[in-house]
Amino acid sequence: MTDTTPDHVPAQRAAGMPPLHKALFAALLVLLIVLPFVVYPIFAMKVMCFALFAAAFNLLLGFGGLLSFGHAAYFGGASYVAAHAAKVWGFTPELAVLTGTAAAALLGLGIGALAIRRQGIYFAMVTLAFAQMFYFFALQAEFTGGEDGIQAVPRGDLFGAISLHDNMALYFFVLAITFGGILFLYRIVHSPFGQILKAIRENEPRAISLGYSVNRYKLIVFTLSATFAGLAGATKSLVFQLASLTDVHWSMSGEVVLMTLLGGMGTVFGPLVGATVIVTLQNYLATFGAWVTIIQGVIFVLGVLLFREGIVGVLSRWLKRPL
Amino acid sequence: MFELLGIPPQVLLGQLLLGLINGSFYAVLSLGLAVIFGLLNIINFSHGAQYMMGAFVAWMLLAYLGIGYWWALIASPLIVGATGLLLERFALSRLYKLDHLYGLLLTFGVALIIQGLFRNYYGISGQPYQIPDLLSGGQNLGFMYLPNYRAWVVVASVIACLGTWFMIEKTRLGAYLRAATENPVLVGAFGINVPRMIMLTYAFGVALAGFAGVLAAPIYSVNPNMGADLIIVVFAVVVIGGMGSILGAIVTGYGLGLIEGLTRVFYPEGSAVVIFVIMAIVLMIKPEGLFGRAN
Repeated sequence: MTDTTPDHVPAQRAAGMPPLHKALFAALLVLLIVLPFVVYPIFAMKVMCFALFAAAFNLLLGFGGLLSFGHAAYFGGASYVAAHAAKVWGFTPELAVLTGTAAAALLGLGIGALAIRRQGIYFAMVTLAFAQMFYFFALQAEFTGGEDGIQAVPRGDLFGAISLHDNMALYFFVLAITFGGILFLYRIVHSPFGQILKAIRENEPRAISLGYSVNRYKLIVFTLSATFAGLAGATKSLVFQLASLTDVHWSMSGEVVLMTLLGGMGTVFGPLVGATVIVTLQNYLATFGAWVTIIQGVIFVLGVLLFREGIVGVLSRWLKRPL
Repeated sequence: MFELLGIPPQVLLGQLLLGLINGSFYAVLSLGLAVIFGLLNIINFSHGAQYMMGAFVAWMLLAYLGIGYWWALIASPLIVGATGLLLERFALSRLYKLDHLYGLLLTFGVALIIQGLFRNYYGISGQPYQIPDLLSGGQNLGFMYLPNYRAWVVVASVIACLGTWFMIEKTRLGAYLRAATENPVLVGAFGINVPRMIMLTYAFGVALAGFAGVLAAPIYSVNPNMGADLIIVVFAVVVIGGMGSILGAIVTGYGLGLIEGLTRVFYPEGSAVVIFVIMAIVLMIKPEGLFGRAN
């Protein structure tokens, strides 16, 4: 996507986090510490997992300019592996999450290596097709439990010592993972590597002529994005104690696109806002059945036609600061 | 009776026929995608939903108005095409100056809306649609039994594919179309109404999807999800073939349907993924697709 960063937003500072971003992250952390005392912790954890998922997706779309329509494979794939590791192999939760994340990284590396051979809409179709292939694998493989999924995944004891059966204990474990993950993604975007990504997004032939091996950067960013999507999925499987076909279905890939689009692609805080809005919407509309799909479709259409900057993109324009 | 690698010929031919039927749908749908892509440069994600709409409109014509299969075969594509006309005129046409990926996102949203609406009113269980009297029954060919309707699906899809190919490659209208694909500004300068041509092209591609839907109605049960998974396979077909040539899309569609049928005979577990595996191989060997042009 070429028109993700508005022209009127001042250029990034060379080094260090801008004070505004520092303040926003600090406020976010305070909010997240207070949140479980106000809302249902499981709901808050779901929002955080999807926020990390959308942020990982945004690394690829917003900063790498690559639209993947198959990110459910990494999200759901990691959730299956983490659930299996925790339940069958008896891994502690942190090791289960790490195993799931590593699996997503490998899957991302493999699919990414093939997908980056095509550009634009073909790239989107290729990633979607491979994700569908993974869906069929998850449907037929033994260890995924087919239609039933992996149920009753034990949350276990963190480092073998701290029990996570209490929702509050688990909440702060999930908070540490997702907040840390989002900060790490922020660091990637604002590193020299991130600058080269933007250069490739804006003008690929020029980046090639400057001597950058574009495909290697694309593969790295694809793998990184898949890895963090996997981190989110693995964490989610512990929260809900479940890994199921829903997480690898193409509609999940669509949802993460919607979250990023609605929040504002290419912005730091957009995916977090988008994920919060969509998860909240699903929560309140759950009783209306198919209307959730229809409303998501309408948001997609309106977002593309009228609201391409997204919520945070518009805020960023008003404040004349990158958010 | 002879056997091939321990497979009785009835099974082999039966699966090949099934593969040919699937291939017919792949060919008609990927052809529609290729026609739309050629002029609009977008990939029509709502193609599967529009295929489902074609089947549903045929069913609704029969259930509510008593209009039978043969009229539905004409009316349903026209109705679905008309919705495509409106979609292009009021939504897609606003996106041509932007990145092509926005077209993909918009049509994805449209697909969600269409599928959600039909799921809301008709549930996810399928509605049966009778095979028309003229085509019920079948032929005993001695070595296998050939249901008349399935033979008709193959014939009808071949006619639709060849008709489209003829129109695009051999007629004056098709020449305008191909010229507009190469250079829309120049064609516009010659006094041809390019925006209207784009609109009609999109409607035509969508009508092809609706036509495939009507063909599918008596074979598969008419249900809101019938297009969702199919369209992803068709995307893989399009990646394998490349969208550069009309004939390429047709040949790839039928060919992959047959390969899928053969896989179902020799390695049933792999039949759901064989097309994706072929896509991976093609991406490694010839990334631009079998009939694609390198860019």
